[in-house]
Amino acid sequence: MNKMQGATLLKYKNYRYFKATSLLMALAITAYVLIRPAGGESYGGTWLGYVLGILSTLIMVFLMWYGITKRRISGAPERRQQRIRTTRSDEMAAQLKFERRKTRRKTRGLSGATLQEWLSAHVYLGASLIVLVSLHTGFHFGMNVHTLAYVLMLLVITSGFYGLNVYLNYPRLITLNMAEDTLDDLLLKIAELDELACTRALGLPDEVNALVLKARHETRIGGTLFQQLSGEQRDCPTRHAVQQMLHLGEKYNQDDQPKIMRDLYSALLRKEKLVLRARTEIMLKARLECWLYLHAPLGIALLAALTAHIVSIFFYW
Amino acid sequence: MMSENFKIVIVGSGPGGLSAAARAAEHGISHLLLEAAPHLANTIYHFQRGKPVMAEPAVLPLRSSMSFAAGIREHILETWREELTRHQVNYRVGATVTNISGQSGAFQIKLASGESINAEFVVLAIGVQGNIRKLAVPGEDLPMVQYHLDDPDAFSNETIVVVGGGDAGVENSLALAGQNRVILINRQEEFSNCKEANYDQLMAAVAQGKIETRVSTLTERIDALAPGNFNLAYVAQTPEGHEQIDCHRVIARLGAKPPRQLVESFGVRFPNSDSTSVPQLSEQYESNVPGLYIVGALAGYPLIKQAMNQGYEVIEYILGNPVEPADEALLREKFADVPDIHSVSEGIALLRVNQPLLAPLTTLQLREFMLDSTVRVLPRGEVIFNRNDYSNSFFSILEGRVAIQTEGQNGEEAVFGLEAGNFFGEMGLLSGRRRSGTAVASLDCVLVETPRRSMLKLLYSAAGVQRKLDEVSLKRVVRSCLDTSLPERELDYLVHEAQSKRYAVGDVLFNEGDKADGLYMIRRGSVTVSRMVAGKEVVLAYISAGNYVGEMALVSNKPRSATVRAASPTEVVLLEAVRVADVLGRNTSMRRKVDSRYLKQVRSDEYAPSSESSELINFLMGQGVGEATDVLLIDYARCIRCNNCETSCADAHDGTSRLDREAGSTYAQIHVPTSCRHCEHPHCMKDCPPDAIHRSVNGEVFISDNCIGCGNCQTNCPYGVIQMAVKTEYKKRSVWQVILGTGKQASEADEAETGNLPKKAVKCDMCKDIIGGPVCVRACPTGAAFRMSPENFMEYIK
Ligand SMILES: Cc1cc2nc3c(=O)[nH]c(=O)nc-3n(C[C@H](O)[C@H](O)[C@H](O)COP(=O)(O)OP(=O)(O)OC[C@H]3O[C@@H](n4cnc5c(N)ncnc54)[C@H](O)[C@@H]3O)c2cc1C
Ligand code: HEM
Ligand code: SF4
Ligand code: SF4
Repeated sequence: MNKMQGATLLKYKNYRYFKATSLLMALAITAYVLIRPAGGESYGGTWLGYVLGILSTLIMVFLMWYGITKRRISGAPERRQQRIRTTRSDEMAAQLKFERRKTRRKTRGLSGATLQEWLSAHVYLGASLIVLVSLHTGFHFGMNVHTLAYVLMLLVITSGFYGLNVYLNYPRLITLNMAEDTLDDLLLKIAELDELACTRALGLPDEVNALVLKARHETRIGGTLFQQLSGEQRDCPTRHAVQQMLHLGEKYNQDDQPKIMRDLYSALLRKEKLVLRARTEIMLKARLECWLYLHAPLGIALLAALTAHIVSIFFYW
Repeated sequence: MMSENFKIVIVGSGPGGLSAAARAAEHGISHLLLEAAPHLANTIYHFQRGKPVMAEPAVLPLRSSMSFAAGIREHILETWREELTRHQVNYRVGATVTNISGQSGAFQIKLASGESINAEFVVLAIGVQGNIRKLAVPGEDLPMVQYHLDDPDAFSNETIVVVGGGDAGVENSLALAGQNRVILINRQEEFSNCKEANYDQLMAAVAQGKIETRVSTLTERIDALAPGNFNLAYVAQTPEGHEQIDCHRVIARLGAKPPRQLVESFGVRFPNSDSTSVPQLSEQYESNVPGLYIVGALAGYPLIKQAMNQGYEVIEYILGNPVEPADEALLREKFADVPDIHSVSEGIALLRVNQPLLAPLTTLQLREFMLDSTVRVLPRGEVIFNRNDYSNSFFSILEGRVAIQTEGQNGEEAVFGLEAGNFFGEMGLLSGRRRSGTAVASLDCVLVETPRRSMLKLLYSAAGVQRKLDEVSLKRVVRSCLDTSLPERELDYLVHEAQSKRYAVGDVLFNEGDKADGLYMIRRGSVTVSRMVAGKEVVLAYISAGNYVGEMALVSNKPRSATVRAASPTEVVLLEAVRVADVLGRNTSMRRKVDSRYLKQVRSDEYAPSSESSELINFLMGQGVGEATDVLLIDYARCIRCNNCETSCADAHDGTSRLDREAGSTYAQIHVPTSCRHCEHPHCMKDCPPDAIHRSVNGEVFISDNCIGCGNCQTNCPYGVIQMAVKTEYKKRSVWQVILGTGKQASEADEAETGNLPKKAVKCDMCKDIIGGPVCVRACPTGAAFRMSPENFMEYIK
């Protein structure tokens, strides 16, 4: 690990958001313990419940806003246009350069929060909801829209934790697995080895040819979502062929057969390794991505349920 | 043989030559226009089909008997052809001039055909494209053998042999490979002459079977085949023997021979061996050979309008008609604000008198110098530039006084006053680094500010200027590197017979174990210091311009303790060991400074980087980080490959991303994507006709709107980071569009919409117009993307 590899999401700015949310949670718990929950009634109705509820709602909106920030990090169009207009002419730029540099320095801190900062806050604030919202419920659950929102929230958070885990660990594995190659490179090499194996096998008995052909046509890289995520193919024909070659080698040992069999074996072995690498690449990328397809839509569902929850509260007041 | 006689012979029918010939015809003088190619205006003829030609510089008025305005190549060529007929210009195509001899009033012009032509005056307008190298084998001129590729899409379903393993050959092959069978022939064993980006693409195409290659292969001959499937039989000698390839077409891209040698054989002198050097001309464009005039790109004016104006003027000058040059009005405006100057010639005279540096220049050169420069009249107290600015223009003081405040290595401040007749800003210009001091007008001042490119051109074209500049600047370099309080007398002593030396990347300044020969002041570029540890060369430090190396051995009186190598093209001033020792003995303050650096160095050697970090340094140097000022790196241990950096870059820059995240190399989880390094001395600036590439005060190298789309910068950038792209009407999505997922996302611009629009060069501008700074870094959710400059390079590594 060298210094170029800076702080991770969790350590960002020396645990700034960890500290902030810890404080928030500590405050909430203390308040909850000091101001005893009202017996029987929904806890959300007390003033502390209201405070926690409003706070959690704001946090959720903030969490959802992350998705928008991510797509608009390059700045609002209006402001940028203005800026370009003011710096268009070169002469003017020369005159303005001094003041301009000053404004640039000044504004950097204000609107320049990086997406990493957003995400670091997102992760900690998201996790803190478990505490804040649980306290808000006063641990009253039932078969209603309120509890539905709560469950949805837990699902979003769980998927979030999964995502955080893969984000922290998988990137390194991807680099190790792929080195300088791209997936296309691997597929190309695999195709070449297939071609080679098939030509080499031509002079050999049908049994061998069938094996090689099967390995060529039925080996699947990628495939169904499940196959992608698992990084495996059940009864992978290539692996099967490699194993079989050992036995067949004993069977076909006349004339120049042993040499061809050896070549074939080595080609298939190389292919097996490449196939494994390609599947690993697909697996890592799929796992890195798949959870977002739950996390974001569930987040939207949560927002809907939350709205229903709030509306219904005001209705049944 | 009877030879024909003309008053004026014009050689070369580019914009310069055409305009001259048309003017001569208008005057009704006997004239002849000679053109080597089978058609007029060869350079323009070979622009890409449908290329929009720009009429830069916009402020310069056109004065010519021919018309020219921005437009499509075809239209411009057509107009010129009509006007030529209308003016009854006497021209001959397919007439290559091989020799010019004689003198004013009686020149003999020899053509490749052996013919000879007599002329009283010669106007040379052969441009700088040079003569295309041909195959030099039987069949080189067959109809389907070509030396250009203007429109790759014009060919499909053909078998095409491309000869030449340089960038042009590789690029053409790649462009043709989609719809043709392409065989690329390389004389060398490897494709080491082309850029890495091209190399990578080629290897990918070869791996996918899209391009076949033959290496170590020499063309033997090309035969025409009887009408049938194929037109040509291309025969070559390969390492395996002779091979015949039947094909439809042979495209040879063997480069061009620069015209300099030819021009020198006419007796024209160039002041400098540098390839950018241009011949020295009088105010009337007359060369050192009386009666031989030079205009256009060959004279150092790289744009069409300039060439046309000069073509017109040169005829008037030959006829003895006083004409005001077309740029007179522009110059007059430049001097408008200067008190007591009422005409351009007065202004030029003031320049000559008050700036001794410029004394060796001809009036023509001075005029050009002024055209590129701006006169700045500054009130007392005004800041001209700030320390750590990235500006790189050059200032001459015509009147007034300027104070330079610098800060030495150890933080001590020093102030120098410069009077009229001096210059400053040369250090930033030469080092390509941040300004080392702040310049303030200490009296009311008149300054001339000259941009980098014009100044460099001047240095290469007027030998005297370089020498004069060096005299002063060497001392300044020594002073700023070593000790700002060193007295003038000691400086004189130190730099006496000091040598200026240049090194290419990887060259050794000195080796571990060598005897110490002196102190090396790094004036430009950067070096690495390394030592052999357990049989392996381990990099200890990276040192950039403005510092010195070699003090260890001088102070300790031992042989060199480390090897120093150039990490980028480097220029040093070498001070003799004895002189340094003398001065150190006499000046305790300097002694203390050098000693303290020595101790610091000894201490930091204790924390020498591990061999792994050393490998990382080497890797990064190989990726051009050594000459970078600010480079985007990605920590692949944290990059989730989401490409949000690219998407956001595109969103911020009219829909085209200026970085390619996936391309580029990786070492020890550090990835260098294909993205601009903002080089200290940007290669891309080298050959930009309208001078559209600039560096802003904050260091960003950017391309401005007057880019003419010639593609030179794309060719010159060794890191393949410049693209040619159409500027589209890109609209960012509003919050609502983002929420609802509607509206066009970045990088989804329509092919059809952009088909025929002019392409311009685009590259990373480090988001200089965007509040908050580089979007790629801000858009990375995990903080994997970061930018690094060499100043904090070692901090990162250790
Ligand atoms: C790709 C590209 C795009 C460009 N786009 C623009 C643009 O949009 N706008 C702009 O203003 N400028 C542009 N330029 C620059 C412009 O092309 C040149 O400034 C201009 O052509 C220079 O004119 P010239 O007359 O000096 O020389 P050239 O136009 O180069 O003409 C020289 C002529 O001399 C002939 N010749 C050479 N040697 C001999 C010989 N020995 N005997 C006889 N004839 C000879 C050549 O065949 C040629 O026809 C571009 C340049 C390039 C390469
Ligand atoms: C109620 C709670 C949460 C809500 C509503 C929520 C919502 C969102 C949304 C809308 C996105 C944007 C998805 C996209 O645009 O691609 C997102 C991304 C993400 N969230 Fe959450 N989230 C919550 C909790 C959490 C928690 C607790 C964690 C981690 C512990 C977490 C980790 C992440 C991560 C890692 C991303 C991906 C960032 C990226 O790829 O750019 N989230 N979340
Ligand atoms: S934005 Fe960051 S994580 Fe995403 S691809 Fe770019 S560098 Fe990698
Ligand atoms: S475009 Fe290329 S040559 Fe120009 S500054 Fe960037 S990396 Fe350097």
